[in-house]
Amino acid sequence: MTEPLPKPNRKNPLVRTRQPLLPPASRSHKAHGLTLAAAAGRFMLQCCGECGQYTYPAREACPNCLSADLPFKDAPTGGVLLSETRIEVTGDPYFREHMPWRTGLVRLDCGPSAVVHLHGDCGGPGSQLSLSLQLDRVGQAVLFARPVSETPDMEDDPQWREMTADPKYRRVLITDGRSPVAVALAIALKKAGAAKVFVGVADRWKPFEEQKALEAIEGVEIVDLDLTSERSIQELAMDIGAKVEILINTADHVRPTHLFNAGAINTAREAMDHTAMGLMRLAQAFGPVMRSRGADGKTGAVAWVNVLSVHGLSNVPQFGVHSAAHAACLSLSQWLRSELRQGGVRVINAFTGPLDTEWFQTVPPPKVAPKVLADAIMDGLKRGLEDIYVGDVAKDIEARLFDNPKAVEREVGQ
Amino acid sequence: MNGDILATFAGALASGQIRVVDLTHTLSPDFPVIVMPPELGQSAPFRMERISRYDAAGPAWYWNNLSFGEHTGTHFDAPIHWYTGRDLPLNSVDTLPPSDMIAPACVIDCSAEAAKDADFLLTVADVAKWEKKHGRIPPRSWVLLRTDWSKKTGAAYANLLADGAHTPGPDAEVMRFLVGEREIIGFGTETIGTDAGQAGHFSPPYPAHHYLHGAGRYGLQCLANLDQLPASGAVIVSAPLKIQNGSGSPLRVLALVQERSTG
Repeated sequence: MTEPLPKPNRKNPLVRTRQPLLPPASRSHKAHGLTLAAAAGRFMLQCCGECGQYTYPAREACPNCLSADLPFKDAPTGGVLLSETRIEVTGDPYFREHMPWRTGLVRLDCGPSAVVHLHGDCGGPGSQLSLSLQLDRVGQAVLFARPVSETPDMEDDPQWREMTADPKYRRVLITDGRSPVAVALAIALKKAGAAKVFVGVADRWKPFEEQKALEAIEGVEIVDLDLTSERSIQELAMDIGAKVEILINTADHVRPTHLFNAGAINTAREAMDHTAMGLMRLAQAFGPVMRSRGADGKTGAVAWVNVLSVHGLSNVPQFGVHSAAHAACLSLSQWLRSELRQGGVRVINAFTGPLDTEWFQTVPPPKVAPKVLADAIMDGLKRGLEDIYVGDVAKDIEARLFDNPKAVEREVGQ
Repeated sequence: MNGDILATFAGALASGQIRVVDLTHTLSPDFPVIVMPPELGQSAPFRMERISRYDAAGPAWYWNNLSFGEHTGTHFDAPIHWYTGRDLPLNSVDTLPPSDMIAPACVIDCSAEAAKDADFLLTVADVAKWEKKHGRIPPRSWVLLRTDWSKKTGAAYANLLADGAHTPGPDAEVMRFLVGEREIIGFGTETIGTDAGQAGHFSPPYPAHHYLHGAGRYGLQCLANLDQLPASGAVIVSAPLKIQNGSGSPLRVLALVQERSTG
């Protein structure tokens, strides 16, 4: 039985903050097929195109028939525990701080046997398990086994929490309270057990409808935050930078224009200022302190979420500036990811199709309801994902990009 | 002779006989700017990003890059700002005659009315009442509408409701009168525009902009400290930045006030 995570005490100011350590990071090029799957929450292993056998670990040729046709393919997630090893002592600096650590040898239903990280509620040898690929603290894919059925407080398992970014007892900053997703996110975060939700709002002198709804949520505090102002961001970071364990960047600026319009440069500059430059300003102010707090107790800094348009992956002319701005954000997020990884803090990109909001009024359905986006982000945090695709449009573009990016460019760009 | 006047003036400044009142708000990122419907172009707010501050990017010096719209903070409107003034000569801030940058001011105190009604409108009757007490408004004078609105901040200053901004200003008739009958050089307010918050619904829309700029006159807005000026007799110094083909600019507005008691 998993011990429920105790509510963390306030930080003892006399005790040194632990510096983040990371698990071993080296992987082969092939093994990043597992990283790709883990990032999106899929369970994929190599499956031989010739003989059809699954194989693990990742390799260049099929161990059964020596075929080099060994693509990654979705695999059944079941397995049986063959043996369990509880590691009490290790020389590895990261795992030393997490002793004891459970691992097990599992025979996967699809064939191969693998050494996996074992959830505390898994039974002894012979028990059925459910496998997943998880990104560990250094962002590399590992196999993780959980019991087939839910157990009480199973999300609080210490090994599982190392693989996820659960909001429980963590303090969250939503950067743009005027975003249509802010209220839904704040509600979902409180429901997920977040200790506190700071919601940034720019230009408080401009009234907005959702303010009352935000203020009505217990544990929500509205703070001044203007993503276009370096000073505003830095001042907030001075106040609460060391209290933010999850940052959700909801910045957006949708202003349709045509590439050849006289004012398009201004529209683009404003969009870039709010989104790409805003992300960079946020990274400068909140990145260093979050990275340094990746091991600050059981509820240390753990995730940075960017809400991005899926059109950042392939430009849609109707929202050309918006697409370009989000493409810039995507590039910056990869840079940020490599920086925050050193502190064990994961960067999650939630790619969404058009939201069911005023700026996408003329776009035909399917559109994404703010609550659906908020729920997908919660799911991503709780499962420790890195790439989330929300809504039919985003999922469709993801699948087609995987297949043929040039075709997507032609089709979306029409 | 001119030398004598300026020497007397300098002496009066030095002795404090002439007081200099700063009518300018500090340019800061938080100061509200005019808000347009979001699908229209917007004025960039004031922003300041550091180049260096005695650090690796500049070891011995401190300096910043600035960005802002022409109509940010305490600012000047040139005739070219409005379509009615687009074809006039010398209609942009770079061609503005320097002699127009120094002019006397009449201050009409409507602070009591504006305190009671955010949508207070200055009328010809209000001007007539003022003239009865202080004399006819001399040609080429600034008329400054004192509302004490500059003492408000943030949301109360912008006063944006669901049907737009609610801030005091002039009605259409008084603007026709001031520009046509009194030949004022310009009109100044403490609010975000020379026009009232609801002036888009007037006829013509935005009458202060319409009539002032159509006649080659100027606007000053987001003024402060109008409560420190006499009803008449102050001299306004308002020199906008010399921006090529500029429609306006943030500026430092100074008022010279003669201290009657020491005179």
